[in-house]
Amino acid sequence: MGDNIVTESFSEIHRAAATPIVIVGHVDHGKSTLIGRLLYDTDSLQDGKLAQIVESSRKRGLAVEWSFLLDSLQIERDQGVTVDSTRIPFRLGSREFVIVDAPGHRQFLRNMITGAADAEAAVLVVDAKEGAQEQTRRHAMLLRLIGIRHVIVLLNKSDILGFDEAQIVKVESDVRQLLGRLEIEVEAVVPASARDGDNIASRSERSLWYKGPTLVEALANVPPPASRAALPFRMPVQDVYRFDGIRYVAGRIERGTVRAGDRLSIGAQGQVATVAEVCRWHAPELPVAGAGESIALRLEPDLVPDRGDLLFPADDKAAAPERSARIRTRLFWLRGEPLRVGESFTLRLATAEHDVTVASIDAVVDLEDLTLREGDSVPPDGFAEITLAASHAVLFDPFSPGFGDGRGVLVDRYQRIVGGAPLIGPAELADGEHAIHPTASRVSAARQVQARGHKSGVFWLTGLPGSGKSTVARAAELALSEQAINATVLDGDTLRAGLCSDLGFSPEDRHENIRRAAHVAKILAESGQVVIVALVSPLQADRAQARQIVGENFHEVFVDTPLETCEKRDPKGLYAAARAGKIPEFTGISAPYEAPVSPELRLPADRPEQEAINTLTAFILRIVQP
Amino acid sequence: MTQTRILSRDQSTTGLAQPRIMDDLDQLEAQSIFILREAYRKLKPLSLLWSLGKDSNVMVWLARKAFMGHVPFPVMHVDTEKKFPEMYAFRDEYTKKWNLDLLLGYCPPVEEIDPSLPPAARSAARKTAGLAAMIDKHKFRGVIAGIRRDEQATRAKERVFSPRGAGHRWDVRNQPPEFWDQYATPYEDGMHIRVHPLLAWREIDIWRYIEREGIPLVDLYFAKDGKRYRSLGDQDITNPIESNASTVAEVIAELETSRTSERAGRAMDHESEDVFERLRVAGYL
Repeated sequence: MGDNIVTESFSEIHRAAATPIVIVGHVDHGKSTLIGRLLYDTDSLQDGKLAQIVESSRKRGLAVEWSFLLDSLQIERDQGVTVDSTRIPFRLGSREFVIVDAPGHRQFLRNMITGAADAEAAVLVVDAKEGAQEQTRRHAMLLRLIGIRHVIVLLNKSDILGFDEAQIVKVESDVRQLLGRLEIEVEAVVPASARDGDNIASRSERSLWYKGPTLVEALANVPPPASRAALPFRMPVQDVYRFDGIRYVAGRIERGTVRAGDRLSIGAQGQVATVAEVCRWHAPELPVAGAGESIALRLEPDLVPDRGDLLFPADDKAAAPERSARIRTRLFWLRGEPLRVGESFTLRLATAEHDVTVASIDAVVDLEDLTLREGDSVPPDGFAEITLAASHAVLFDPFSPGFGDGRGVLVDRYQRIVGGAPLIGPAELADGEHAIHPTASRVSAARQVQARGHKSGVFWLTGLPGSGKSTVARAAELALSEQAINATVLDGDTLRAGLCSDLGFSPEDRHENIRRAAHVAKILAESGQVVIVALVSPLQADRAQARQIVGENFHEVFVDTPLETCEKRDPKGLYAAARAGKIPEFTGISAPYEAPVSPELRLPADRPEQEAINTLTAFILRIVQP
Repeated sequence: MTQTRILSRDQSTTGLAQPRIMDDLDQLEAQSIFILREAYRKLKPLSLLWSLGKDSNVMVWLARKAFMGHVPFPVMHVDTEKKFPEMYAFRDEYTKKWNLDLLLGYCPPVEEIDPSLPPAARSAARKTAGLAAMIDKHKFRGVIAGIRRDEQATRAKERVFSPRGAGHRWDVRNQPPEFWDQYATPYEDGMHIRVHPLLAWREIDIWRYIEREGIPLVDLYFAKDGKRYRSLGDQDITNPIESNASTVAEVIAELETSRTSERAGRAMDHESEDVFERLRVAGYL
């Protein structure tokens, strides 16, 4: 009872922060139109806005195009596509909302995440006639991964079905089934027409059978965010300052509360300190702070934690975070190239940064039916569950919807955010699995460029035996070194004399030879070297694998010397031996050579050798010079 | 007052002091402090653009909150030399009072600016050129700017940490993902990041915060003879609005009923549909 009184009297004076609502859905299902309609119906438009939209629409020969309200960029209006998410405040009664409009186009997934990641509720717009489409499923999956708890489905364009109950109930049941598979609880499924305003702010005359809430009613019912104050304390250290002779440990509280006198554990090292003071500038003095506040602490003893160290209650095992060097995580993947096992990243977790490697890809989401399948790579814009191995124990709290922590992002060597990783929990080591924890370099690509004066790259020369790969590669290496470029040649015979001396020439061994060469090339390139690989590498599939191992630094060069020329040159006498049957499985004679379909550079044989050398050198310089 | 009473009631039941329940301004403030602290940690050298307007004063204030009363990086005033005299006086007074490390930059004459821009935008673009020169001169990796999403639709598309590539250009088609408070860092030489700690604030939030904190402002924001400035640019391209609001509280009351946009007095916004986008892509705030 007492609690109720406090809450009531508080609500009178308390202005809650605006509730962010994200609007998602397949392209052309009417997201932007819906937002325009919502703002118009709730009288949230500024004077002049409406006139502006009418004018922009008229210029383009359109009827009133509501989406122009949001599509503020010239390209968006001209192409009729929302490129980037935007935010618009609006008010329902005394409650403030912020609408986030997220683009529906597939390639703009990252912009959608940017808009949607902090939303409290989502409106999933589904065309009543078309039903759930590919992006509907993708967006629904994302709503689950980012932990949006309240989902309202708007069956837009229901007027096209004449608001026919039977047809709409059928679509509703399909959509509910889809979202049920994702364990998303649906707050309401509203049959509506955003263009005409049916069931948006006012109840439609055309769907008298529908007894559920209008969209505006459903939004008003979204509960305020859950309090994080009652949970065990967590504060990731953001920075440590020294001002006026006092050391401050600065950070934002993710969960719980902290009071002067509390004993805190600091990071994985397990040092303990007592909070001497909760510090703020120009604020009421309070010896306590709660979740969401950005504060500074004075510690006793006066320790200097590192950025990223998690502060949590000492002396209470039950209140400690998880601790593991292997973490299971969900993943949404934003890079243009697929993710593969063995790739290394920085896992940013709040303010902490951990070196991690993808130890396994445990399941990949099939976007046709949203089931989990086995897979060895995650496609661009794909979803998966993976295991990350860190070089040391990581302290974390598993992700749960509505909380700010437990949400990691993966960052590549170019400092690009390439994936979002809501953490599931510590990973058990499966039977027979090797507990490897590879580490990644902390030297960024940019730093290497600075130190070496050039970028790195792998130039993969493929061609028949005797085509001149090694000769051209060695000459280019020399020419590059004269320009102060650090270049290395990995050539087939040299590799086979050492690293690959256990391998023969069977397809399996050739495959392994190429795999090893690709990994060595990758390591060298990551250290900033220019690597020229001269390997027959006859099979398209093997070269494709090398490209996958190396990544985007891989450049295929075809030394296109015809068989007759190679056989005529026969510098090592190999063709003669092969013709005599002394060398089995000799490429070009008794084993296939699959020429590259679209190499980045082709060195034709009908030109003098020096020209091939110059062409290759110039090609490499163009790529590696900053 | 009411809050104190509630707190003491909580205290009586649990025996421990309880944290304040955060209202909307507390949340905006906490988020802005977090952003400023990220910028200070990640982007060196860093500076803050102090236009002397209400938003950038709030920003300086928030920096002092983040760093316990200090502003541990320079503040930059890119002077068009066409500001109101009151603004220069304000600058000199608060540079001293707030112990700011002030950097002054100047803008090239308008004749050197892209003649294809409409006149007021061309004048505004002078500031972009002056700013670019300052960034190049000091090799800033981070520049904190006080833009807000609700000011202008193109700004609504911004990131909190917004990378600027060669020539300081904003690549609006290719903005990095930004979520869960994880921000972009510069990945190439010559890049810098525009940091926007006020992106989520609205005009009325700014005014309510000014009222709550007692942040000083140039008098031009308050009505004299039935007019006041709602937004302050150069003298020749900013117009006052009709208003009788002569105190912060009266401005707030006025805004609560206003339906015109804040930048209505900025001439360049009305010259053509895409002019603001063109200015911003080229590096305008």
